[in-house]
Amino acid sequence: MAKKLNKVDVVTVGVGWAGGIIASELTKAGLKVVGLERGEERTTEDFQMVHDEYRYAIRYELMQDLSKETITFRNSLNEQALPMRQYGAFLIGTGVGGAGAHWNGDTWFFSPYDFEIKSMTDKKYGKNKLPKEYTLQDWGITYDELAPYYHQFEKMAGTSGELNPLRPERTEEYPTPPMKSTPILDRYMEAAKKLKLHPFRQPSANISEVYKNPDGQTLNQCQYCGFCEKFGCEYGAKSSPNVTVIPTALKTGNFELRTHANVTGIIHDGNKATGVRYVDVQTGEEFDQLADVVVLTSYTLNNTRLLLQSELGRPYNPETGTGVIGKNYCYQITAVATGFFKERFNAAMGAGSLGTTLDDYNNDNFDHSDLDFIHGGSITMKQLGKRPINENGAPSGTPRWGKEFKAESIKWFNRSIPVTSQGASMPHRNNYLSLDPTYKDAYGNPLLRMTYDFTKQDQALYKYITARCAEILTEMGAEVVEPKELTEHFDIVPAQNDHITGGVIMGADPETSALNNYLQMWDVDNVFVIGASAFAHNGGYNPTGTVGALAYRAAEGILKYREQKGQLVKRESSNKLA
Amino acid sequence: MDEKSKSNMSRRKFIRNSSYAAGGLIGGGILGSIIGTNYFGETEQPSTGSSKESNFNRALMYFTRQSDFQILSAATERIYPKDENGAGAIQLGVPYFIDHELAGAYGHNEREYMKGPFFSGTDYQGYQTPLKRHDVFMAGIRAMEQESKSNYDASFIDLEGEQQDEILKKFENDEVKLKHVSSAYFFEMLRTATISGAYADPLYGGNADMEAWKMKNFPGSQMTYLNKIGSEKFIEMKPKSLRDHLS
Repeated sequence: MAKKLNKVDVVTVGVGWAGGIIASELTKAGLKVVGLERGEERTTEDFQMVHDEYRYAIRYELMQDLSKETITFRNSLNEQALPMRQYGAFLIGTGVGGAGAHWNGDTWFFSPYDFEIKSMTDKKYGKNKLPKEYTLQDWGITYDELAPYYHQFEKMAGTSGELNPLRPERTEEYPTPPMKSTPILDRYMEAAKKLKLHPFRQPSANISEVYKNPDGQTLNQCQYCGFCEKFGCEYGAKSSPNVTVIPTALKTGNFELRTHANVTGIIHDGNKATGVRYVDVQTGEEFDQLADVVVLTSYTLNNTRLLLQSELGRPYNPETGTGVIGKNYCYQITAVATGFFKERFNAAMGAGSLGTTLDDYNNDNFDHSDLDFIHGGSITMKQLGKRPINENGAPSGTPRWGKEFKAESIKWFNRSIPVTSQGASMPHRNNYLSLDPTYKDAYGNPLLRMTYDFTKQDQALYKYITARCAEILTEMGAEVVEPKELTEHFDIVPAQNDHITGGVIMGADPETSALNNYLQMWDVDNVFVIGASAFAHNGGYNPTGTVGALAYRAAEGILKYREQKGQLVKRESSNKLA
Repeated sequence: MDEKSKSNMSRRKFIRNSSYAAGGLIGGGILGSIIGTNYFGETEQPSTGSSKESNFNRALMYFTRQSDFQILSAATERIYPKDENGAGAIQLGVPYFIDHELAGAYGHNEREYMKGPFFSGTDYQGYQTPLKRHDVFMAGIRAMEQESKSNYDASFIDLEGEQQDEILKKFENDEVKLKHVSSAYFFEMLRTATISGAYADPLYGGNADMEAWKMKNFPGSQMTYLNKIGSEKFIEMKPKSLRDHLS
């Protein structure tokens, strides 16, 4: 029998960027918020010994414990899905701060085109540019509507950056100037300019100088130590929920952060949620945390899973195309080419979002009339800080072990660097999330089942963008340039990209979306679902900036909901009977 | 210093204090000789870290038969051999790194999903064996020995390097039958573990004296590159390990 806990104003499931932003905004406004986090307490103090590639980047210290919970995976509808038993293609965060504690810090705004992609594609290229099995949708919000929330996220995070020549004028400056440059990044900049492209120093949450944010939290200056992605920052120099929004919420006295609390279901009567049920993972005790408003703020996968498991919202059915929960699951297409240079660079130095990028082949910035795909990707050279276990690259044909492997991998360690892309991913009717009929987690609940394969659109985009990455490296004077090929099918084993989106998407029409543009569920007014799970497709940038903006938008929505109740957005339905 | 107060001090602190008293010239002779098992008749002893203290990391925690450990050692040396660049897997301590990893969470798949049912799956669904990593290593090592005996009528450790490579290639190409796991999967694990042991921070028992980092010109765990990141010149640095930051 679960123990009932006194009702609070708001309970959040997961305390990362989304949970932290909701907590800070609502507690500042005087609401009582409980944040439930399945993982452990985590602060800057935990990162004093973080320069440890083996523990953090190879054994994934900060990631979800897969022995408790994982996903099952299959490429197509007629296959038996099997568990992702160990990490490979993507990583899942856990603990206080979530993936925000160990992200790289790339803080992008999605483009105006992203939010109205269906309308703009139809208008420019006709209704048949993509076959109808691509379930492309507008997001139910425009760039201009979301822009103020993007700026709010940037200011809280102290983002460092430089104007992107190909984007609409910013209404506000970046809070801090761009990060330092390096010889290899300068070379990328020059080569791209020679190719008549428009490179710029990319936005970064590894802060270029000491910064005090509007909530009064101080962020330190990045030391370029080379341990960002998959690591926490020992300086508090990388914007993370742990050094910004969580302390802000705690300071109000209205926020209770409860760790080791794994939520197993949303309690509801179909139309209203009354709270959530969770297990204390250390003692096994069950609790019902009652609340006026339930906010799902965990990762894409868990947001979707909790709704399906709690039988909230209408599950998506790929056979009929009806239902919404689990729909429009997207990945991201990591096009990459590696350049091998004669000279040595200080490749071990770096930072998570120390990079130079360009948008010439992103969004609809280039003409797709004669191309068999839409959208594209930002193309970036980054100096992340090379680490020796993971980085043993040598030109192809080099053996994978033995004397020659050793000599070549040592030779190229400081001489090779990749150009990579965050390639957009379009939704497809058969790429979706559902509950697995066979496999269960540590608490006896079904695992989430992922059905996903690369589409023709993905393959065409990958091929095109990879060739562009290679052109830049050639112009940079690399001795050898090697574009990487995409596997025939999506493979759960090799590391690729952690940017997973969709499953609980936003939109203007309740028939085809789960959430309105405040991320409030169409079906259940007092449940908000925040995260990249709300993306109707995945754009050509890293997703965190957009998650942050949507979280600020949702926080405003929850405050509005407290005043006016009911649906905050009028339904626009394609169904004439609605 | 009386015995009681000495035993209350941490070993590290004692070493540091003694070292300070002796003007930093403390050597292995004072605190005990280097313990290093040398199975391969090489003239060099495995290096044991800059302070030359006794290396208590050189004890087997997983393997019970020395022969299994010797076969593992020989295989890692073929994957990451000693050459003109410097030390190979054995000198770096990689076999001990693997032994210790197999005894712990890694070897026992503590953070992996190990519930059934088990199916082999497609080429895209990844690892699907009920065996834990230590089981896979043991099965693979014993099968390597079996292959060696049936092909060359000799133990793996007594083969020429090229012969050892031939056997390793058979595993890499999935030409050896193992129960519940492919030999290619075993080989991939062996290869990854060898590279990990060579290049991980020395605290894990490999990468002795940070020699593998020196070969790659990897500076290890530096606290900052703020004033170096813009340098046009390549900067060679003496690497630092995590131990350098322990107070």
